[in-house]
Amino acid sequence: MELKSDQSGRAWKWEEDGYTVYRSNSRTGPGCHDNCGILMYVKDGALMKIEGDPENPYNQGRLCPRCLAAKEMIYNPDRLLYPMKRAGKRGENKWERMTWDEAYDYCEKKLKEVSAKYGSESISVTQGTGRDINGYGPRTAKSFNTPNYMPGFLSGFGCYIPRLVSTGFKLGDFVIADYSQFFPERYDDPRWTPPSVIVIWGNNPVVANSDGTLGHWIVECIKRGSELIVIDPKLTWLASRAKYWLPVRPGTDAALAIAMGNVICSEGIEDKDFIEKWTANFEDYKNKTLEYSPEKAAEICGIDKQLIIEAARLLAKANTACLQWGVAFDHSSEGFLTGMAVMDLVALTGNIEKPGSMVIGRPCFGVTDTWNPPDDVRLEDEEQREKILNHKYPALRAIGVISPDSILDAIETGDPYPVKALWMQTNNPLACMGADPKRILKAFDNVDFIVVVDMFMTPTALAAADVILPAASFAERIGLSGHQPYYLGAIVKAIEPLGDCKSDPQIIYEIGKRFDPEGNPWNNDEEFYNYILGKGNLPIKYSELREQTWKYPEFEYYKHEKGLLRADGEPGFNTMSGKYEFRCEMLAHFGLEDLASYSEPPESPVRTPELAQKYPLVLTTGARRWGFFHSEHRQSPSMRRLHPDPCVTIHPETAAQYGIKDGDWVKIENHLGECRMKAEFFAGLRKDTVSADHAWWFPERDPEDGTFFGTFESNINCLVPMRPGKSGLANSCKSLLCRISKAD
Amino acid sequence: MAKGLLIDYRYCTGCHTCEIACRQEHDYEPTKDGIKLNSIGPTPLPFGRWQYDFFPSPTAFCDGCGDRVSKSKKPACVQHCQAGCMEFGDVSDLAAKLVNEKMVLFTLK
Repeated sequence: MELKSDQSGRAWKWEEDGYTVYRSNSRTGPGCHDNCGILMYVKDGALMKIEGDPENPYNQGRLCPRCLAAKEMIYNPDRLLYPMKRAGKRGENKWERMTWDEAYDYCEKKLKEVSAKYGSESISVTQGTGRDINGYGPRTAKSFNTPNYMPGFLSGFGCYIPRLVSTGFKLGDFVIADYSQFFPERYDDPRWTPPSVIVIWGNNPVVANSDGTLGHWIVECIKRGSELIVIDPKLTWLASRAKYWLPVRPGTDAALAIAMGNVICSEGIEDKDFIEKWTANFEDYKNKTLEYSPEKAAEICGIDKQLIIEAARLLAKANTACLQWGVAFDHSSEGFLTGMAVMDLVALTGNIEKPGSMVIGRPCFGVTDTWNPPDDVRLEDEEQREKILNHKYPALRAIGVISPDSILDAIETGDPYPVKALWMQTNNPLACMGADPKRILKAFDNVDFIVVVDMFMTPTALAAADVILPAASFAERIGLSGHQPYYLGAIVKAIEPLGDCKSDPQIIYEIGKRFDPEGNPWNNDEEFYNYILGKGNLPIKYSELREQTWKYPEFEYYKHEKGLLRADGEPGFNTMSGKYEFRCEMLAHFGLEDLASYSEPPESPVRTPELAQKYPLVLTTGARRWGFFHSEHRQSPSMRRLHPDPCVTIHPETAAQYGIKDGDWVKIENHLGECRMKAEFFAGLRKDTVSADHAWWFPERDPEDGTFFGTFESNINCLVPMRPGKSGLANSCKSLLCRISKAD
Repeated sequence: MAKGLLIDYRYCTGCHTCEIACRQEHDYEPTKDGIKLNSIGPTPLPFGRWQYDFFPSPTAFCDGCGDRVSKSKKPACVQHCQAGCMEFGDVSDLAAKLVNEKMVLFTLK
């Protein structure tokens, strides 16, 4: 039997060779921030295989290893299946199974005890990045009446936010590189042209697929003539295809960006028309670029001056260019400025709102909840809102952004008030998001009650949870695609949840009901998503969206010229001045730097030469690996086979200096801590730099061996401090110092 | 008619999707591959260029996805290839497309 949609002629569910096939957009858990079109083949209620959906414009039938092998995670014998209460001490693997009612009863009781004794602000709700609760998780915080919702122990909120804050105020909107993904006809849409130049800066998109961009779209652009400029200390595959590869010293990107601006301005090849019509304070920017000549930047970044000049010229002279920027910006201490400096180059060269350039995207059909916490989850009580923990960072206070660093301080010291309960959903800080994880584990001693909601017994769950709640995978639930402004899509349920698992949103509104029944009226996920959809401007219900699987709004270029961006309908950008602000007054108003500058990393050969005597190598961390999404997939046999051991990439000549051979286990250490990884020789890496994997733990270990799945043994975060930049944003993950020696 | 797999490895990014897609299609255990990824480099070349290439080659366990092909579907590896750099068909048709550097045509049984 075929169930067809009248509008598209495309079925969402059908029978094929004894299977029932479901058409869906994949999501999480497990997995990444994309929404690849998939076909799920089900027989007798069991998911037999997943294929890419050739009709879905997003991925056009292609799929990455993780989605193809998702069965290994969904049916993994280690899946959490039942709510559990800890029966022994934290860290012991002793648990009592509970029903959901018992679990909610117990959580309600313990959380209300904490609220009564310390105030509800002493509860902190956290998320990671592994499941799609960006827009829904804050409801839990609202239900508990706490302003403290954070990415759990992510120092400096160091993930996209530093970039978005700096550029959002300058441009008034969110921009993303245009690889034709706004059009269902994709590369064949006559309105689109490939970017002449793609600048890939601080990420490896074909592996990372970060922030709603499928990295292989760039390969399609290369086929169609796009040239690449790649800025990365390591020769990625994309760098090998680039016209220019700039192997910068980690943490020096802002100097490079300003120097590129210097070249463009001094040669007069900026986009004068765009600058005059659509930008403000250009002269301030131009004067600032005088501080960083290509010579000076070459010295700072450790690259050839001529490369800087040629790359800048290529960018300026390109018909169109787009920027594929990455989390490396947020992972240097003053990364807030890096994002700003690089976005200035985009404006300098007029690459905004043209086909194949940086285009402004807004939530499709007005449905914002799928990627942004909506306004209706703000606490109504202003006094309670003001208790948000960011007290050391005036700029964060001004813009209302939380400081995970402040929350850790509050847990440790009780200043300005104690944090006594944690609700951690899709968050594994001891293995992944938390810097200085031993410090975080110790801090947990001060927290009376900890709930962990996840799919697997992670090190965090094992070491710290008092209650564990089992979450469903994407195949076991419905939902909406999100975290991207291209189309509205349905996540389709193909199988019943395993065991007693529930979807994350269901857990959110069910525990929410115990605290705020009016604020959590939904009784099932369909009601919840109908509510979410109802807040948009399309009269559609989830079941109707499922019929067509995806729905694209009309997309227009040159929105700033057409008056489509401002509330007053006038041409211009959605800023106070209506212009892109090279020097941004709003930023200054909030106590943030209003003009990009360069700041040496706090630990570097230049800033701390004495420390560098002891720790002579620059350490960057967290380069993405095929088959893993952060700390996920270590228990998936096919994915683990792709990359069995934690590795630190090192140039062969550097390794030789320390008597290290390819594949040797080595100790990486700095003033903060140490860990062990396998040396992976790679000739395409700066000789003064090593690149260590992140998020390693060993699910195959005995959970009773006292090591929490070995979460501190190969965890590079043992060398990373919980320390944000001056503003409270960004951290040093990718710009530290270390030394390497052969491990015993 | 002899069948073949044409690979344009100017674009192969080494993502392993072909290996995993093949395994899933045939329900092979994690250590069995119907197609296997190979790599060359990174090796420095003159003028700042680098050789850093990947390309997969079919193994003895490749059955040309006859099941899928008979239903007008592409072989699992070809459809799922993230770079879209593989093509399946008659060897004679594919051979005519060997016009660029870094292309390879594997003949299948």
